[in-house]
Amino acid sequence: MNLEGKKVTLHDMSLRDGMHPQRHQLTTAQMVEVATALDEAGVPLIEVSHGDGLGGGSVNYGFPAASDEEYLRAVVPKMKKAKISALLLPGIGTVDHLRMAHDCGVHTIRVATHCTEADVSEQHIALGRKMDMDTVGFLMMAHMIPAEELLVQAKLMESYGANCIYITDSAGYMLPDHVIDRVGILRRELEADTEVGFHGHHNMHMGVANSLAAIEAGAARVDGSAAGMGAGAGNTPLEIFVAVLHRMGVETGIDMWKLMDVAEDIVYPLMTHKVRADRDSLTLGYAGVYSSFLLFAKRAAVKYGLKSTDILVELGRLKTVGGQEDMIEDVALDMKKAGAAE
Amino acid sequence: MTTKLKAAIIGSGNIGTDLLYKALRSEIIEPVWMVGIDPASEGLKRAKELGLKTTSDGVKGLEPHIDDDEVRIAWDATSASVHESNNDLMKKHDVKMVDLTPAAIGPFCVPPVNLEAMMGRNEQNVNMVTCGGQATIPMVAAVSRVQPVEYGEIIATVASKSAGPGTRKNIDEFTRTTAKGVEVVGGADRGKAIIIINPAEPPLIMRDTIHCLTKDPPKEAEIIESANQMVAEVQKYVPGYTLKNGPVFDGNRVSFFMEVEGLGDFLPKYAGNLDIMTAAGLRTAELIAEEILRAEAA
Repeated sequence: MNLEGKKVTLHDMSLRDGMHPQRHQLTTAQMVEVATALDEAGVPLIEVSHGDGLGGGSVNYGFPAASDEEYLRAVVPKMKKAKISALLLPGIGTVDHLRMAHDCGVHTIRVATHCTEADVSEQHIALGRKMDMDTVGFLMMAHMIPAEELLVQAKLMESYGANCIYITDSAGYMLPDHVIDRVGILRRELEADTEVGFHGHHNMHMGVANSLAAIEAGAARVDGSAAGMGAGAGNTPLEIFVAVLHRMGVETGIDMWKLMDVAEDIVYPLMTHKVRADRDSLTLGYAGVYSSFLLFAKRAAVKYGLKSTDILVELGRLKTVGGQEDMIEDVALDMKKAGAAE
Repeated sequence: MTTKLKAAIIGSGNIGTDLLYKALRSEIIEPVWMVGIDPASEGLKRAKELGLKTTSDGVKGLEPHIDDDEVRIAWDATSASVHESNNDLMKKHDVKMVDLTPAAIGPFCVPPVNLEAMMGRNEQNVNMVTCGGQATIPMVAAVSRVQPVEYGEIIATVASKSAGPGTRKNIDEFTRTTAKGVEVVGGADRGKAIIIINPAEPPLIMRDTIHCLTKDPPKEAEIIESANQMVAEVQKYVPGYTLKNGPVFDGNRVSFFMEVEGLGDFLPKYAGNLDIMTAAGLRTAELIAEEILRAEAA
């Protein structure tokens, strides 16, 4: 693979996707510490929100230690070079949250839908664009449909005003060929000035390999996370990915040594759940299940005396999509009933 | 009852058509007009075959006939953006409006919770909240009538095929209006609503999760009894409304896991979200009709 001379924008997820393993309990002080260090290391774009996006604070997903607005107002003014992004899932957050984020100085809004449901994002993408934000369409669980169908959804988001479309491997299910097909078709068929991005999860430890495949297929933006802090087995570990890219001659603008220190000295020590590919995270990737279900399934397993891997496989069989955290306790109760009946 | 009150259905899409099938069975209401905006609409064709008068000129096309045909009640099954102008016209002709869009210009109505209380107030316009609201607010109310609920949260999961273009284009209306209904009708101090659209095939039956955080420790036995009564009330008009799991009591959290299977009148059974809306809309209109007929008899 020859990526020599390519440029890619790397986007750190530790303060958004990383909220999942932290049960959304990162403090504003921790957010500021991590974001400042990432900025210092030259990471150009850093996402800050509740794990389930703006307005995600709930019984269903977990109440955060501080509000989205408190996090954003604390972090944004501290940035010297880095820009801040926020995630928004229509159906959970609304345009009111988007306006708030814009008011806080958020540069990039990423509007996320399940990969088949892009048409719920019209009002949010259109508003992001109207407010002159860097506006990204984020197609989640993109392993679930073929590349040609993803293209139809990507074109919808593009037509609403998104200037970048992401293939999002929320379950960490994809293998490099899946990534090449999906990123490739978007790169070939979308407008030339629409960027294509890739967001990986490390559940099958394919984060780095898949992200390289994405760049080869034309992705200009790739997500990763310092120390890999993210849902499931985490996101593509950013410091490792940067090391690989630099060996391959790809420009990132990031100081690899500083980023290593952020991961090792700041992010890893603050993890309350040590993010790794344990059997549950591996099951997420293998069965194609939304990565943030991980801790919910572990808790339900303990509460109802079940195996967490069994719960996750059942959630995969039921074709659950992102955001259906409420199904986990429901499924566990069903399994417990079925077990008692045997 | 010999005289039925005459009604018009505005909106010839899926909701309007399903409502028509249900309304044709009503002993109190007779649907006489179906209003659309597309001459090629399947819904208008079907309504015509079922003996209704139809127009594809919107409410303007209905207006000249309102008085002659004695239309007294109308359902609006179009979209929030045009509801207000539809309503203005109906109001001019003294037609009562049952609003199935999330426009929410009239007071919210969730039949098993506040329909009776609403009667006698002679409201010109009542709003049916949202499908997710109809499916979940009764359970919030089932808890709040036992003890104070500080926070009510609902998660409505609907099949992709049952989420129409109106809902999709303006999904924020759903979350906002439902959350407000959880507060105003459900009785929670603060409300939150989440909607998930799932494309699985075969389509999944509508499911709803309701979480209530009670102010004081939940009175379990009373909540269970209240919830069972509420489910039975809803089942009177939506037989496929079931408490699948729960209530789960976990500290101050009370959670219900519901499934809503539709009657399958016009819409498929999995679309319980649409069925509960049309069923609630009809039930509301029937009570309004009874009130009008009673007043006229007196």
